[in-house]
Amino acid sequence: MSQATTICEQQDLIINSGICANVEGQQIALFYLPKETPQLYAIGNWDPIGKANVLSRGIVGDINQRLVVASPLYKQHFDLVTGECLEDSACTVPVYAVELVDNKVILSL
Amino acid sequence: MLKVVIVGNGMVGHHYVEQLVASPVEAEITVIGGETRPAYDRVHLSEFFAGRSPEDLALTTREHYIEIGVEAHFGDPVVSIDRDNKTVITETGRSFGYDKLVLATGSYPFVPPVPGNDQDPCVVYRTIDDLGAIKAQANEARVGVVVGGGLLGLEAANAVQNLGLETHVVEFAPGLMGVQLDAGGSAMLRRKIEALGVTVHTSKATEVIESNTAGDTRLLMKFADGGSLATDMIVFSAGIRPYDQLARDCGLTVGERGGIEVDYHCKTSDSDIFAIGECALFGGRIFGLVAPGYRMAEAAVSQLGSDKQSFQGADMSTKLKLLGVDVGSIGDAHGRDEGAIAYTFSDERIEVYKRLIVSKDGKSLLGAVLVGDCSDYDTLLQYYLNGIELPADPETLILPYNAGEAPTLGAAALPVTAIICSCHNVSKGDIVDSMDAGFYSLGEIKTETKASTGCGGCAALLKNIVDEEMASRGLEVDTSICEHFAYTRQELFHLIKVDSIKTFDELLEKYGKGRGCDVCKPAVGSILASLWNDYVLEEKHVGLQDTNDTFLANMQKNGTYSVVPRIAGGEITPDKLIVLGEVAKKYNLYTKITGGQRIDLFGARVQHLPSIWKELVEAGFETGHAYGKALRTVKSCVGSTWCRYGVQDSVAMALYIENRYKGLRSPHKLKSAVSGCTRECAEAQSKDFGVIATENGWNLFVCGNGGMKPRHADLFATDLDDETLIKTIDRFLMFYVRTADRLQRTSVWMENLEGGLDYLKQVIIEDSLGIAAELEQQMNNIVGTYQCEWKTTIEDPERMKRFVQFVNTDAEDEHIVFVQERGQPRPATEQERLQLLDKSA
Repeated sequence: MSQATTICEQQDLIINSGICANVEGQQIALFYLPKETPQLYAIGNWDPIGKANVLSRGIVGDINQRLVVASPLYKQHFDLVTGECLEDSACTVPVYAVELVDNKVILSL
Repeated sequence: MLKVVIVGNGMVGHHYVEQLVASPVEAEITVIGGETRPAYDRVHLSEFFAGRSPEDLALTTREHYIEIGVEAHFGDPVVSIDRDNKTVITETGRSFGYDKLVLATGSYPFVPPVPGNDQDPCVVYRTIDDLGAIKAQANEARVGVVVGGGLLGLEAANAVQNLGLETHVVEFAPGLMGVQLDAGGSAMLRRKIEALGVTVHTSKATEVIESNTAGDTRLLMKFADGGSLATDMIVFSAGIRPYDQLARDCGLTVGERGGIEVDYHCKTSDSDIFAIGECALFGGRIFGLVAPGYRMAEAAVSQLGSDKQSFQGADMSTKLKLLGVDVGSIGDAHGRDEGAIAYTFSDERIEVYKRLIVSKDGKSLLGAVLVGDCSDYDTLLQYYLNGIELPADPETLILPYNAGEAPTLGAAALPVTAIICSCHNVSKGDIVDSMDAGFYSLGEIKTETKASTGCGGCAALLKNIVDEEMASRGLEVDTSICEHFAYTRQELFHLIKVDSIKTFDELLEKYGKGRGCDVCKPAVGSILASLWNDYVLEEKHVGLQDTNDTFLANMQKNGTYSVVPRIAGGEITPDKLIVLGEVAKKYNLYTKITGGQRIDLFGARVQHLPSIWKELVEAGFETGHAYGKALRTVKSCVGSTWCRYGVQDSVAMALYIENRYKGLRSPHKLKSAVSGCTRECAEAQSKDFGVIATENGWNLFVCGNGGMKPRHADLFATDLDDETLIKTIDRFLMFYVRTADRLQRTSVWMENLEGGLDYLKQVIIEDSLGIAAELEQQMNNIVGTYQCEWKTTIEDPERMKRFVQFVNTDAEDEHIVFVQERGQPRPATEQERLQLLDKSA
């Protein structure tokens, strides 16, 4: 069973960029893209190629219509929906269900 | 092993060594040079007075010869050759045996046999040591005379003028550069040179040089026509004579008027002895240019292997800048062929002279003269060298463009054997080959083939060839910055400026598609900052920034950041040094001195950045922009304040420059330095822009680079006063910001600029595009709106919310673990981290 946790409020988010949350010891990168549907995306913060907790600090955008974040270390792109690395499909990061309910950010592990 | 001894280590002798080392021939190589220093660039000798040091002119070093296994001796000239025992003997009595001997002894300056020519203030212009003598004499001189109005004489006149002397040129013949120019071209050259402040005296035979007892100068030259000229020093530069004494003494065949006779293998009358360069006489001619000397060296090397090549003589066409005047001469400039037809264009208002010599049938070019404008040189040279049939109206080749469209010589008309770059002997075929190998950009092709990396004169032709090749292959270079914008950075800059676009979203909506990415977002963020200079962390800009710009610090491999406060010019007070030490200790930071004379503090966790900076800002530090594509540091030496040799206050200038341009966002990082004298301790010539003090002001160098692809900066302007220096840098930097590609350093930018350094000078110094005032205005806007981003950030609670590790807890990133090494923290390796975790568990 997945468990839903309230992480923070909407005002804690940064528009068109990322922040990081710690849920039960797991680091989660949260991206708030108000113009997209859905508006919120959550993936693991761990960059499996750069080997550091940094993905929440990457630049978001799209590559061939896929929403991605670029790792700030070596610039590989990770799909915000599937967690797949565009440069190395054998490499993926976890994705999490997240939603905005009454200005609260709720995440399911 | 084959013993090869090379006598002489000038440019050609050195080229021979390089070619031999690179060839498959196994040889034991010995070099014996008469001068005390290894080979240097004699062609650019006059730059010595414009700020170049002997090291800058050096083509090699003693260490390099050792590295490549060449035995080299300098300052001990060979005095005799014993052909029977195959040995050479030097001045100090050392002897060296050879199997093959190469004479590359060069030439010496011709000093006309005038009584009084051996007095102290009479010098020659040939070696670096000569330049030292000229400089020493010039210190006590007001007036300088150069005897010789040829190519070398005018080079020397340039040097004398650079030393700040009233300059005269005295020539025996009726015109300047009589070998290369016809009477009309020579007259135009004289007119231009005199406008530059050099007085020219032609048809003057000097009868005697006396010490001047009456006037306020040291010498008096008396001429055959009864005239006289008072001067303080005389530089003889009236042509060269081959150094052939060694050959004469050992009985080799020499020419009637000097020069060691060689055949097309560059062999002398002794088949084990070669002669190359200016000491060699081939077909009754001495080749006094460096390119033919190189070809001789290559031919001579090839005789030792199986693939023997021959030297067939060389084209003596030449294009050069004398005292800043463009001069070109191709083939037979005098029209000596019977029936040759000449076309002449002369415009005394703009001081341009052009002349074509065409064969009787009007089909082929025999020669050309260009003074004041050499833009047609490359095209004409190709017509001449490749025997390409001329258009029906050859005059259109030299007429001004508005008189009718000049027919451009299509690159397709050139044979693959056509030499495009004569400095590096690169043919059209070489360029096409490199494109076959997958190199399509001009920059790559230059690197691969070396084309256009010498004098740069063939840049336009090279671009034509590349463009036509691309077109013929049906290729188009996609210069779009990324999938979201079908524009180059330069085009985006223009659009943003003209439409006054203030945000990324606005630009995307108008000119782009999709959502943007990590390529276009930071590039546009940088352009917006260059143009409007908003605070980079404003909500509308924050998503555009790389993590380094977002957190105003440099991310390191473990996700922590390094912090670099600005230490302008490398000058720091003891109190501030103590603050840095205290902050580093408090936050457990690793400290290291950077190459740019700053102190880098490593290992800061994202949540500590604001409090670190609060302490730094309180102590008077500002952000150093080490995280941004922006001006980084302006390195300096201590200059005239402390140094015994300094001639200007380099620290004050470095501080001024760094404070003026700090925060300027640019296509890539910018580095600078200021040196207080020509010893150049601040290494300004490896910077994007570097300043070197002279006795009269500052010399500005541009487009240098260290790092992965080192490039020596080019001398851009000399002896500038403070104000002109800053104005020139303003224009230069803004023009770079406007026109460079994303992540293109100034060095690559310039190499890709059509027209290269000359074009850049025209735009920046001569204001050929009429944009100088606008560039300066733009820079003043940026300077006027500077803010320390860290100061702004720590004063704004809304911005501070970004600087947390986790939005929902105060916990730390447990993956970040440090261990101690040499008394400082460093990131733990994965293994060390796991061990530490085990222990604590």
